[in-house]
Amino acid sequence: MTHIDHRMLDRELKKGSAELMILSLIEARPRHGYEISKLIEARSGGALSFHVASLYPLLYRLEKRGWLEGRWVEKAGQRRRRYYKLTSDGRKVLAAQRSNWESFVAAIHRVTRPEHA
Amino acid sequence: MPDWKGEIRQRLAKLTLEPARESEIVEELAQHLDDRYRDLRAGGAADEQATRAVLAELSEGGWLARELRRIERQVSAEPVVWGARKINMMGDLRQDVRYGLRTMLRQPVFTGVAVLALALGIGGNTAIFSLVNAILLRQLPFRQPEQLVWVSARRADSGKYPFTLPDFIDYRDQNRSLDGIAAFANWSANLTDRGDPERLQGLRVSANAFQMLGVEAVVGRALLPADDTPGQERVVVLSHGLWQRRFGADPQTVGKTLTLNGAGYTVVDVLPPQFFFPIRETELAIPLAPDSDPWRGVRTSVNFLRALARLKPGVTREQAEADLTAVAQRLRQQYPVANAQKLGVTLSPLHEEVVGNFRLALWVLLGAVGVVLLMTCVNLANLALARAVARHREMAIRTALGATRRRLVRQLATESLLLAGLGGAAGLLLASYGVDLLLALGPASLPRTAEVGVDFRVLGFTLALSILAGVAFGLAPAWRATRVSLNDELKESGRGGAGGARQSRARGLLVVFEIALSLVLLVGAGLLAKSFLRLQSVDPGFEAKNVLVIRLSLPKAQYPNRAAAAAFYEKLRPRLSSLPGVETVGVVHALPLSGVFASIPFTIEGRAMAPDEAPRADYRLVSTGYFRALRIPLLSGREFNERDRAQTGSVALISRSLAHRYWPSTNPLGAHLMIDDNDQGPRPVEIVGVVGDVKHLSLDGEPAPHIYLPIHQTHEDAVVWLTNNQYWLLRTAVDPLTLSAAVRREIQAVDREVPASSIRTMEQYLAASVAPRRFNLWLLTVFAGAALVLAGTGLYGVMSCGVAQRRREIGIRMALGAQAGDVLKLVIGQGMAMTLGGVALGLVAALGLTRLLTSLLFSVSATDPLTFLATAWLLMFVALLACWIPARRALKVDPMVALREE
Repeated sequence: MTHIDHRMLDRELKKGSAELMILSLIEARPRHGYEISKLIEARSGGALSFHVASLYPLLYRLEKRGWLEGRWVEKAGQRRRRYYKLTSDGRKVLAAQRSNWESFVAAIHRVTRPEHA
Repeated sequence: MPDWKGEIRQRLAKLTLEPARESEIVEELAQHLDDRYRDLRAGGAADEQATRAVLAELSEGGWLARELRRIERQVSAEPVVWGARKINMMGDLRQDVRYGLRTMLRQPVFTGVAVLALALGIGGNTAIFSLVNAILLRQLPFRQPEQLVWVSARRADSGKYPFTLPDFIDYRDQNRSLDGIAAFANWSANLTDRGDPERLQGLRVSANAFQMLGVEAVVGRALLPADDTPGQERVVVLSHGLWQRRFGADPQTVGKTLTLNGAGYTVVDVLPPQFFFPIRETELAIPLAPDSDPWRGVRTSVNFLRALARLKPGVTREQAEADLTAVAQRLRQQYPVANAQKLGVTLSPLHEEVVGNFRLALWVLLGAVGVVLLMTCVNLANLALARAVARHREMAIRTALGATRRRLVRQLATESLLLAGLGGAAGLLLASYGVDLLLALGPASLPRTAEVGVDFRVLGFTLALSILAGVAFGLAPAWRATRVSLNDELKESGRGGAGGARQSRARGLLVVFEIALSLVLLVGAGLLAKSFLRLQSVDPGFEAKNVLVIRLSLPKAQYPNRAAAAAFYEKLRPRLSSLPGVETVGVVHALPLSGVFASIPFTIEGRAMAPDEAPRADYRLVSTGYFRALRIPLLSGREFNERDRAQTGSVALISRSLAHRYWPSTNPLGAHLMIDDNDQGPRPVEIVGVVGDVKHLSLDGEPAPHIYLPIHQTHEDAVVWLTNNQYWLLRTAVDPLTLSAAVRREIQAVDREVPASSIRTMEQYLAASVAPRRFNLWLLTVFAGAALVLAGTGLYGVMSCGVAQRRREIGIRMALGAQAGDVLKLVIGQGMAMTLGGVALGLVAALGLTRLLTSLLFSVSATDPLTFLATAWLLMFVALLACWIPARRALKVDPMVALREE
């Protein structure tokens, strides 16, 4: 079993898994804020939703940490939009968080699964 | 669609984010809300319903503001002007410098003018400061210089009198407060081996002098106290300058023998380059050897020794002075006649003695050149203010883009510091030439010039000055330029003006200040100029025009006595007299205004004098033609003539002031003076004539009483004074200097060993005697002229800018019927109002400041009303010119064009 970083676990528990979700969503390609919020809502089947007031502070925080990078992109015939891209630091963090998360879920699962007599 | 941006801004308002950051967030969030709204509508929500939902998401319990506050505060307070994202001092600085350089290149004329003006201002300051630093601030190049004092005898009539040799020896042996005392006397030598004969100015100096001062030899050994003992090998010490000039800095020079005045002297030492003798031209020194001096035992002999001493550790100058004065009192009791007037001893710090005469002048000059730099900065500040108006738009745009005021000020300050830095660098370069120029133009008596140069203190001064200048002319305009409000900007451009009333007022005040400063300098220069003119019109008692002066020195070995000296005179005189263009030939042993000082005690035969009266007079050994050559008037009796010989009765001429003092109502002719010019005691001379007074020491002093003796009757004991130094004067009908070559030829024909290295005109001596004053005047005039130009251009700049701003107003006035005269009155009236303000302020300041100049003035009061008035008028005239040109331009305003421009 992988070792679980207890501080990390604690923080994740407090702050939820929002950061992990956002980093995962932009792993494949840069996305703008609204797209991220729609994807979270869609992929969680409407169970999770991030509205503007909570999403953007989080994005800015991650950007400040240097895990992602926002950039204004202009496309022909459209307004410019701010796209967020995973940085190489972000990629490392994502990998670590993902494995922590999986350990965490597995641990929770082991604890919470029904006992068979 | 609802105005999301307004809603968002409202929620962000309390965060006081940087504007650029705020607008970025607003844009991004608004897009999000747009999309959200569109999706909700597409999903079937009504407009109102969708709007409410979106706003609810935006609000979400104040989450947005709370979270952003935490995040954005950590992010920097400082969005960078040109879109950089991180706070980075160095990066910002690089950016500012780059941008500043670009701005400067875009405005080459402004940049050029500013850098040049600053270079001149900073260069001038650095040059003068180099002098102040080397001469006044730096310690003397001796060991523990603060313990060194200048020792003089104090008489009732003067606090600084030289010593006789026996007195000096008594002070040396009897004092208890000095670590050492060294005497020196002028001595000059003809160097006759190695190439052309040359006359060198030298000193006889106590052999302990160099050890006492703490001066090490560069090559060889310093003089040692033993060198003063009689019977020692004759040794000589060379100055660094002579060693380089005459001996090519050859280390082998030490140990060689030089023929000086016909005798062999071994070179033992070369002094360090920064060492200076009390007399600037001094190039060599020999031991004083007091015990073998002919004046060794003569209490009443000439006071010819100056002295330096080092105080014992812990002894104050006052204590030492008391100690030496006690010695003086003892000597006075012991020798009631010879020492009757020698009341005590004065000690003054050596540094003060060396530089004291120049202290005030140098500080005044530094102050003046500082004022010029200040005015340069004021002008540049005005120019920058004008540009600030022009750059208002740039500042407004950059503020809108999110630049903070501090950031903009920093950017502008970087620009002015860059300018000042360039100006400073160029100034330093200029200063290095300026210093050479100053030294070349400076009076020969300026001390310590070998030490003048750029050191760390000078560099630090220049750097500090550049930064100060940059801040002075850059910061205020920067502050003002960045007081940008979009509202004001709109209003201002709506009015068609470029800069508000406040701006104009600030610039007007600067000009008033500038005019006041320039008036202070002008008054100072005016007072010096008036003093100088007064001094020029002082009658020296002789006519300097068309007189050639040749300074000769006869080698002691070949001319040991009066007969030999007389023979030389008899051979040379007819040769020079017969040169075409020569009218009269005369000889004197101490030329007026040449700095040579000669005096003897005398009494009047048959007249009882109080023992402490012991009168002294300056005396001169002169030949027959002397008075005619200098056109010194004979007032009564006769001049010397060919019949006044060694064998005939001793005669003398006296000056008018001497005659007045001792024969106020009777005729001195036929009376006898007892003059004390020899070892055997006073001898009688008969007064055969009275001649006019001559200013021998300086033009600004009173003429001293004089006794003239014919050279043929020079006492054998005093022949050395005549052979050491004799000035031949030729009154010519042609330009005197054209005779130099012929004169040199004739001297060589009489004696190859006698050099005539110094051939100058009497006018040159006269000019040299006022050289320090001329130097001060010249510099202060240059500075005052610069100040006048700066004040004029400053006023001109403000006036023309004002006219440009008021084109429309002027146009309207003219359209309403104002005549040319009204417009002129309007513009010139405004300029002259500023000028009058400045003049009033300047007069008050000048009244306070010119008092400092008092000791530099001559027969002019420091508050001379005429000078004050004249300079004020001059300034106002220049101001009128400066206003006239913009006023003419105002007249050319075409009302139609001016109104259409709107």
